[in-house]
Amino acid sequence: MSLLKSARKTIAFLLVAALFVLYIFPFFLILTNSFKTRLKVVSSPLSLPTEFKLDNYVSAIRKMDFLHALGNSLMVTVVSVVVIIVMASMLAYYLVRWKSKFSSGVLMALVASMIVPFQSLMIPFVTIYGQLGLLNSKWMLCFYYLGFGIPLATFMYHGFIKGIPKDLEQAAFVDGASRIQVFTRVIFPILAPITTTIAILDVLWIWNDFLLPSLVLLSDSNRTLPLSTFYFFGKYTSNYSEAMAALVLSIIPIILFYLAMQRHIIKGVMDGAVK
Amino acid sequence: MYEEKLSGKIKSFLTFGFIPLTVFTLVMAVPFFVGLYMTFTDSSGGTITTDFIGLSNYAAAFQDPLFWDSMLLTLQYVLFSLILTNVIAFVLALLVTSGMKGQNFFRLGFFTPNLIGGIILGFVWQFVFSRVFVYFGQQLDMGLLSSSWLGDPHKALWALIIVGVWQNSGYMMLIYIAGIQGIDKSLLEAASLDGASSWGQLFRIKIPLMVSAFTISLFLTLQRSFMVYDTNLSLTNGGPYRSTEMIAMHVYNEAFKFQNFGPGQAKAIVLFLIVAAIAMVQVGVMKRLEVES
Repeated sequence: MSLLKSARKTIAFLLVAALFVLYIFPFFLILTNSFKTRLKVVSSPLSLPTEFKLDNYVSAIRKMDFLHALGNSLMVTVVSVVVIIVMASMLAYYLVRWKSKFSSGVLMALVASMIVPFQSLMIPFVTIYGQLGLLNSKWMLCFYYLGFGIPLATFMYHGFIKGIPKDLEQAAFVDGASRIQVFTRVIFPILAPITTTIAILDVLWIWNDFLLPSLVLLSDSNRTLPLSTFYFFGKYTSNYSEAMAALVLSIIPIILFYLAMQRHIIKGVMDGAVK
Repeated sequence: MYEEKLSGKIKSFLTFGFIPLTVFTLVMAVPFFVGLYMTFTDSSGGTITTDFIGLSNYAAAFQDPLFWDSMLLTLQYVLFSLILTNVIAFVLALLVTSGMKGQNFFRLGFFTPNLIGGIILGFVWQFVFSRVFVYFGQQLDMGLLSSSWLGDPHKALWALIIVGVWQNSGYMMLIYIAGIQGIDKSLLEAASLDGASSWGQLFRIKIPLMVSAFTISLFLTLQRSFMVYDTNLSLTNGGPYRSTEMIAMHVYNEAFKFQNFGPGQAKAIVLFLIVAAIAMVQVGVMKRLEVES
């Protein structure tokens, strides 16, 4: 019996290990090929690199303007996520504490809007904001992310704030604190766990998003990382070795984020999905 | 303190609700209603006009054979992705909750594709399909792999399905893990004391108690694969000859490549109606489950 059990355990382990290798193998391939010469990539894509030359990386960094794109991505992601968190938590606080027909109508509209796919909005979106001349700006992109990010974030905050008893706020009000002070000093710190979840979901969404920035950011200098990878890959598709280096470069930042925050990310994604 | 006079209520709204609601209205609500309005007017070429043309944009959309081709293709993609993603994700979840060595490490590994944007994932696989597989096939003289899958309409669809399953199964695995962890341990212990086999425990206890995890995961996969765009763009770009143009890409191309804004937006509204219908069904199913449990 115990022999059977341990045999089964071993088989399960080997199965998982094999699947793991299968899942990771594509990344391994682009990593090994990013160090090879162009001819070597074509003639033997499966071989290991014989030397670790960084030539491909140097030219990929230059041609895709990597550092610039990285800076753009960081700026857009950080600004958008911070603003979404501030605005959505305030809106949710208002909707929970000042109950009225209006506030329940707003919540319904927000929930309904979460169903709308971006593709159903993008044509009028580009038409309207294109005619107003409000495209091609990183700051406007952050503004749009705020608009698209508010529904889910507000909904998640709303569920959390509903469970907070009013006693704490009452005490602060009695002590003479203003509305905004009560919110920033009493409520917002309590929201920390849900704020982490929302921040992680929104970072992953905005950092990786392609379609919205591809419609908004028209000039080369504004490109975020997914955009510059896309244009680079399209242009240098014959030069596979540099293209591989470009892919590795564009994956590195999010992997670093993953390594630093793995527990929060797994938990945040689990919480977010079950909502 | 919350039962204030009208002036106090207005002040609270201006403090907390006004800015976020204005931004939401400008970015989501206005384009939504303008988009609806556009479908009934002759708004070609990216300008919004007031010339009402009734339902002719919708008529043009439904008469476009490419729209139906794309819809049919998307349904095929969704069907296979839905089944494969969920079967694999469920099996992965069972394996990495069985208490084996390094199971947390494996979880992290299976989830990794989810962290990376679809554009980059598509390019990674473009290399794998067009270079590595072909190299493999030629070396081993395997007919199935000796020419690139991306050059053949039928195989390119399967390439997209493989990438979609690879991308999403780690995420769905997390949902199933949450479901498994939610099961009361004493139930499983009691069952194994009564001599229930592990298959018996799986089918009689685990699966019935995980209905909500299945529901969430199935609907999430449904929505994600129905709206697939990024990997479609970077892996096949709809090719060869528009044969792998999924519905989201079809709408994009209709508007921004071929400048058919009116019919394009009509198709976008049809897309919205389908997604909304799916969501309604989901809400209904979830409600019924809650009542039963």
